[in-house]
Amino acid sequence: MFNSNTSFHRRSEAALVWGLRAIALVSGAIVLLIVFFLVWEAIPVLQQVGAFRFFTDASWHPASNEFNLTPMLVGTLLVMTIAVLIATPLGILSAVFCQYYAPPRIAQFYRRLIELLAGIPSVVYGFWGLVVLVPLIGRLHPPGPSLLAGTLILSLMILPTIALVADASFTNVSPDYLKGCAALGLGRWAMIQNVVFPTARAGLITGVILETGRAIGETMAVLMVSGNVVQVPKSLFDPVRTLTANIALEMAYAVDQHRSALFVSGVVLMLIIGMLVAIAEVLNRGHLYD
Amino acid sequence: MTYLRTLTPLFLAISCLSLHSCTKPSNSTGATDQPQGKIVLTGSSTIAPLTAEIAKRYEAEHRGVRIDVQSGGSSRGIADARQGTADIGMVSRSLKDNEKDLQAFTVANDGVSVILHKDNPVRQLSDQQIVDIYTKKITNWRAVDGQDAPITVVNKAEGRSTLELFAQYFKLEPKTIQADVVIGDNEQGIKTVAGNPNAIGYVSIGSAEYGTTHGTPIKLLPVKGVEASINNVANGKFPISRPLNLVTKTAPTGLQKEFIEFARSPKVKDIVQQQYFVPPSQ
Repeated sequence: MFNSNTSFHRRSEAALVWGLRAIALVSGAIVLLIVFFLVWEAIPVLQQVGAFRFFTDASWHPASNEFNLTPMLVGTLLVMTIAVLIATPLGILSAVFCQYYAPPRIAQFYRRLIELLAGIPSVVYGFWGLVVLVPLIGRLHPPGPSLLAGTLILSLMILPTIALVADASFTNVSPDYLKGCAALGLGRWAMIQNVVFPTARAGLITGVILETGRAIGETMAVLMVSGNVVQVPKSLFDPVRTLTANIALEMAYAVDQHRSALFVSGVVLMLIIGMLVAIAEVLNRGHLYD
Repeated sequence: MTYLRTLTPLFLAISCLSLHSCTKPSNSTGATDQPQGKIVLTGSSTIAPLTAEIAKRYEAEHRGVRIDVQSGGSSRGIADARQGTADIGMVSRSLKDNEKDLQAFTVANDGVSVILHKDNPVRQLSDQQIVDIYTKKITNWRAVDGQDAPITVVNKAEGRSTLELFAQYFKLEPKTIQADVVIGDNEQGIKTVAGNPNAIGYVSIGSAEYGTTHGTPIKLLPVKGVEASINNVANGKFPISRPLNLVTKTAPTGLQKEFIEFARSPKVKDIVQQQYFVPPSQ
């Protein structure tokens, strides 16, 4: 009886292992399928036009056979970089405030607020930007829909991601370290700077990667406020179009080569994300999940 | 360990399900396909979304009928209808003289109106002035009897039918238009102009008229002295408009005829209006 029971366990465990493998296989296969599909749809135009012309053509007018993606690539990277540069210090410092300076009650309330900020749908951000932020910028420096509006909205949207992840990784810093600091007579800021930040490093980097990913992928809000003119912006007040906005704007009416060219935008986006993941791996020396 | 025993079948069930669903669609397609119950429509990408919606309603009312809608431009609509590759072609313009061998049935009219902010003192613009504004030869409202303020040019994204119709009427190449803001759908265009007193844009008349009657601070500019309104599009007086046609090679028969009649009937008026087109005057 005992014997048969263990063999049953062994069998059921084997089934579980195979089940888990199957599930992992499905999730992995979905990612690969999406990439495959993107490339598959992009191939016709890549063959007819050549990958080169996506960077050397005069401009982006797919209906008249011009396919330059560079301005949008620059736009995407600019919007993303500035937004991350604004949101990261704000998010990390707000988490520092929450963990080490704020009275518990205020910290709790503040956390709920940030969580609420994270839960607001992106269209709502975009709508708010369109009716409040854009007219405001428009008064300052017409026309209004601009790189500035896009980055401001985007930083607001990714702020909760970095703030919450930083907060969580600060919570994980061992209390023994903090007690040790106190015993050594270190001031609060010295402790944060020299002990908390280095210890929480991996968590903070994860937070930055997550927010950058969201910044690249965000479509609707950016589309609504940043003007979407295909050009390399010369100032913060110039309109700009991102790759994601390009797909969302034109997909509904695109046919043939135009449609295929939009899939090339998608492939380029995937490449950026891939590079981002690679950079994250290098930064964490491959120990992200240890 | 007991929970393992209960979990295992669950995991198996999930993995079976997810694998199963992969193979399912290929087996079940074609089950509803009846030989005489299928028609194919090809052509204009402007009309395709509209006919797709109408087809959905028609299919819901007539089980066993399948309607296949494919876009690919008005010229494909003409060619396919002529060759018989498609039962019905979709053409977003009037038939040319050398196309009169085909039969055209208007299912809706499409009109584009230039819009300004309500507070903009400019009452009207000539066609040439609009062309100059959209090519940045005029960049300040002062030049057209307005305030001293830079003009914000709002344009539509490439491929949109409103852009196509607008550019065609003003004889502009989409490439030569110099925009400050590029927008996607009509609603976004209306919001952009409503939020900027110095903006000029153009949208489908249906959506603009809906906006003005619901308190959005925009106004529609007349073109060549004709007021921009749904009525003037329906009766054909408004110049920036075009008929959306279904075309057939010969006089339509059977299912073909029934679907065209259905698409022109008041039964689908709400679908036509939802897509900001103007139903044909009965």
